[in-house]
Amino acid sequence: MSQPQAAVGAAVPRVDARLRVTGRAKYAADNNPDGVVHAVIVDSSVGKGRITGIDTRAALAETGVLTVINHLNAPELPPRQGGFPPGEPLRAFQDDRIRFFGQPVAVVVATTLETAQHAASLVKVSYDAQPPSTDMSVADPAGEPETYARGDTDGALDSAAVRLETTYRTARNHHNAMEPAGVVARWEGDRLTVWEKTQNVVGAVRTLAGEFGIPPGNVRIISPFIGGAFGNAARTWVHSVIAAMAAREVKRPVKLALTRRQLYFGVGYRPAYEYALRLGSNRRGRLTASAHDVRSETSSYETYSEDVLAAGRMLYSTPNVRQVYRHVPLDVNTPTFMRGPGYSSGAFTVESAMDELAHELGLDPIELRLRNEPADDESIRLPFSTRRLRDCYRVGAREFGWERRRPKPRSTRDGDWLIGMGMAAGVYDTARSQSQASVRLDADGTALLQSATSDMGPGTATSMTQLAADALGLPMRRVSFRLGDSRMPPAAGHFGSQTMASVGSSVQDGCDKVRGQAITLAIADEGSPLHGVDPADVVVRGGRLHVKDNPVRGETYQRLLARNDRTHLEALGTYAGASESEKFSFYAYAATFAEVAVDARLGLVRVRRMVGVYDAARIINPRLADSQAIGAMVGGIGQALLEHTVTDHRDGRIVNANFADYLVPTHADIPELKAIYIEGEDFEADPIGVKGLGEVVLVGVAPAIANAVFNATGRRVRELPITPEALL
Amino acid sequence: MHPFTYTKATDTREALNAGRRGGRYIAGGTTLVDLMRETVEHPGTLVDISALPLREVTVTMSGGLRVGALVRMAEAAAHPKVRALYPVISQALELSASAQLRNMASIGGNIMQRTRCTYFRDVTADCNKREPGTGCAALHGYNRSHAILGTSDSCVATHPSDLAVALAALEATVHLLGPDGERTVPFADFLLQPGNTPNREQDLKPGELITAVQIPAHPRPLKSGYLKVRDRQSYEFALTSAAVALHIRGGVIREAKVAVGGVGTVPWKLPAVEQALVGERPSDRLWAEAVGHAADGARPLTHNRFKTELLKRTVERQLSTIGGTA
Repeated sequence: MSQPQAAVGAAVPRVDARLRVTGRAKYAADNNPDGVVHAVIVDSSVGKGRITGIDTRAALAETGVLTVINHLNAPELPPRQGGFPPGEPLRAFQDDRIRFFGQPVAVVVATTLETAQHAASLVKVSYDAQPPSTDMSVADPAGEPETYARGDTDGALDSAAVRLETTYRTARNHHNAMEPAGVVARWEGDRLTVWEKTQNVVGAVRTLAGEFGIPPGNVRIISPFIGGAFGNAARTWVHSVIAAMAAREVKRPVKLALTRRQLYFGVGYRPAYEYALRLGSNRRGRLTASAHDVRSETSSYETYSEDVLAAGRMLYSTPNVRQVYRHVPLDVNTPTFMRGPGYSSGAFTVESAMDELAHELGLDPIELRLRNEPADDESIRLPFSTRRLRDCYRVGAREFGWERRRPKPRSTRDGDWLIGMGMAAGVYDTARSQSQASVRLDADGTALLQSATSDMGPGTATSMTQLAADALGLPMRRVSFRLGDSRMPPAAGHFGSQTMASVGSSVQDGCDKVRGQAITLAIADEGSPLHGVDPADVVVRGGRLHVKDNPVRGETYQRLLARNDRTHLEALGTYAGASESEKFSFYAYAATFAEVAVDARLGLVRVRRMVGVYDAARIINPRLADSQAIGAMVGGIGQALLEHTVTDHRDGRIVNANFADYLVPTHADIPELKAIYIEGEDFEADPIGVKGLGEVVLVGVAPAIANAVFNATGRRVRELPITPEALL
Repeated sequence: MHPFTYTKATDTREALNAGRRGGRYIAGGTTLVDLMRETVEHPGTLVDISALPLREVTVTMSGGLRVGALVRMAEAAAHPKVRALYPVISQALELSASAQLRNMASIGGNIMQRTRCTYFRDVTADCNKREPGTGCAALHGYNRSHAILGTSDSCVATHPSDLAVALAALEATVHLLGPDGERTVPFADFLLQPGNTPNREQDLKPGELITAVQIPAHPRPLKSGYLKVRDRQSYEFALTSAAVALHIRGGVIREAKVAVGGVGTVPWKLPAVEQALVGERPSDRLWAEAVGHAADGARPLTHNRFKTELLKRTVERQLSTIGGTA
């Protein structure tokens, strides 16, 4: 039952753009249920130790303060099973232990936000403080490392004609989404409603039900809009539990929003990495072996890990590979997914090292990569579903003007500036997970779709509306897609670039079913012009069913449903997710090209232009895709040159927990950015032929910039961010 | 934020009365309100002086420039006289903060702004400037942005203002009005090095109000400009900066005014560099030689060692930009 494509592929604006830009989109903390009061968290000012006393008298004496909850008076919560990451999740005021600087130690609830803020500053907490361990470079790893091996890596490295041995470091980064984490919690008996900023509506229900020992059916999560997240709203963090706990204690709805400063220890971060890599190759640049020793930070109470090793296993053909990934527990809060998790950190090492090897061998960096392009995925011995990375290189080189690059560093100058070009490959796993979407076609010829997914920025409602419009044969304006409510059919978590593939496939399925019902109804109906037609010959266009080759013969949904006394047709679209036994290796690919100018005397790096070329299979909406790609290039410029969460190891304090000291790119730092998509589909991946775009667009941006800096200056910077002092 | 009372002064006398009673002056509020939100500052009374008649930019009899304390940064930067006579001031202002802040912040407030030292702004950290006697967390903490000149064991915080660097270079004066009348303080004496009292930042008596800054006339032609070196291209404080003004006649530098920012606890004038320039002909060699002593006395910290060299290069570059190599 193939439908004409009209909406899909069109660069239409977001269906909720007007709501967002006029301020009518309601974000979590914009909700004000009757009687709402305000909570402000008091956080630890030591990095490790025990709370020895809490003096709440001054806070409680303030007019309007309802309560101050802390570990001495907090209700006991039932034991909770950990999920991901493994360990013991942080609980709300269940003991006196301080695990990291900034850990919540109390919450003040008051009738106004200002009162709660002021009272929070009056709470006096005393500690038995110990020196925290927060420096990964001097701390020891713990637990079993994650390992991978194929072939005889040591032997191959020993006999390699060319060997490269380098260590790369990447800084801790914070998401710094525009919208802070906000939550409004309301209890009615033992039923909990939470307006939450979340990328995981279903997960939030599970977490909060578990925290309070109530059935999941008693928890409702409402999260229709997100003001950016980049991964930090994939988990339900302890502040949401605190808000719900406070609401239950004061028996009124409670609103809680983390401050910008609190976001630096309240919602996770991209962990810092230390990645030692040894590469062996022959003289012609064919890789023979690679050994990867990776260390990254995690908390003392949970072991966070992410897929930092994948690219080293499958991006390039390499017969011998050994990988060890160790976790270093520190007195810090637990890291979490941040755009391109694992892959982007790993790419800095792998893609910088490939550039080093190319330079060593006197090969063009693209040529080196082409010589190592694998025939299939050597890590799982499966063919690639689709891999158009060669096309990404070719199109990127052409669009960027790669042939103008001079291989010898320091050979292009513009006044005080040295000019350099660099490129890097990127890869990200094509995840797909179980999802459902309900589809209802009303007798007035409009459709309503619902799924408990989220939109942290990719434009979920828009792309789903496009898909549904084509599948139902309706114009977009007659289709509504609603999301972000746990009463809707459950959806995959909105992370890992899996939303389009997962939720989209359930939307397609639900719409196919409803369209099928309409066609079945019509051909069985003697009053229909389509009576007796082969259902395979019927298409729907503009809300009108007709014979494919004879458009005159047909009728509208409205007429069909009215004549049959049907108020609506409906179906539940389902998608089962990735198969247990995959027959293919599924990844999206990127090639990023950057031109930089470096003032070597002053240590300044300015990105002059970038081109990103992506194999993400089918693009539902190029305008939304551009928004993802350009946003990621901006984020990658930050990762490469600016972003660095700094910890004072004496007490575990984050010293730049604000937007003046944690630098993200400004408009002035962003040059011309261009995104190009390699045409294609991947129906092995999912029924709608998409691979996911939001993560892969970041992977490779930082190494492309670092490689361009090398080409400009001859200086190889192996640590992110690249700061002026590294170049002086 | 702690509770406070707010009053708006309708004239100077009313403001001074409120100031004498301990009220804290507020104009654009771009520094003070932030600090109040972080509970770094908790004034009992705010006296809003934004309605006072201190918004004029005038050329003085001698050909200098007087800028009223309440002139907005954006207004001063765009003022034709400022642009024509002292590009270094326009440039320093335009490279400061963001457009939104420049539209609010006043000239007087700009030179009164407090340090960006992260420990000063974090009330859970030790800071002698915020709470005398508690110690300086920055001295052995994360101090990349901190000062290498004019520091003490009590405080290593940089003065954040770009404008102040330009004013220091041009040897401006600060005009004050207080309960005891008017007085004028040379800019070099107005901002105080920390010594043992980093909490005292300006030569200001209780209740005194800045009414204007005045830039003296300098021999013409005067070429001037400001270079700001920073990690990102906009909306960031300086790692290093240089304000340079040169009066060159007959191919010889007759007068040189040089000050640097981002490196000192106060804007740092470089008399040794100035002396090395006067009487010489512009050349790349001269610039390189002149900055040889630019960082004399520097006391670098763990994370800001690079500033010593970067400071010299910043000045050298700006000398070359302004003086050329003719």
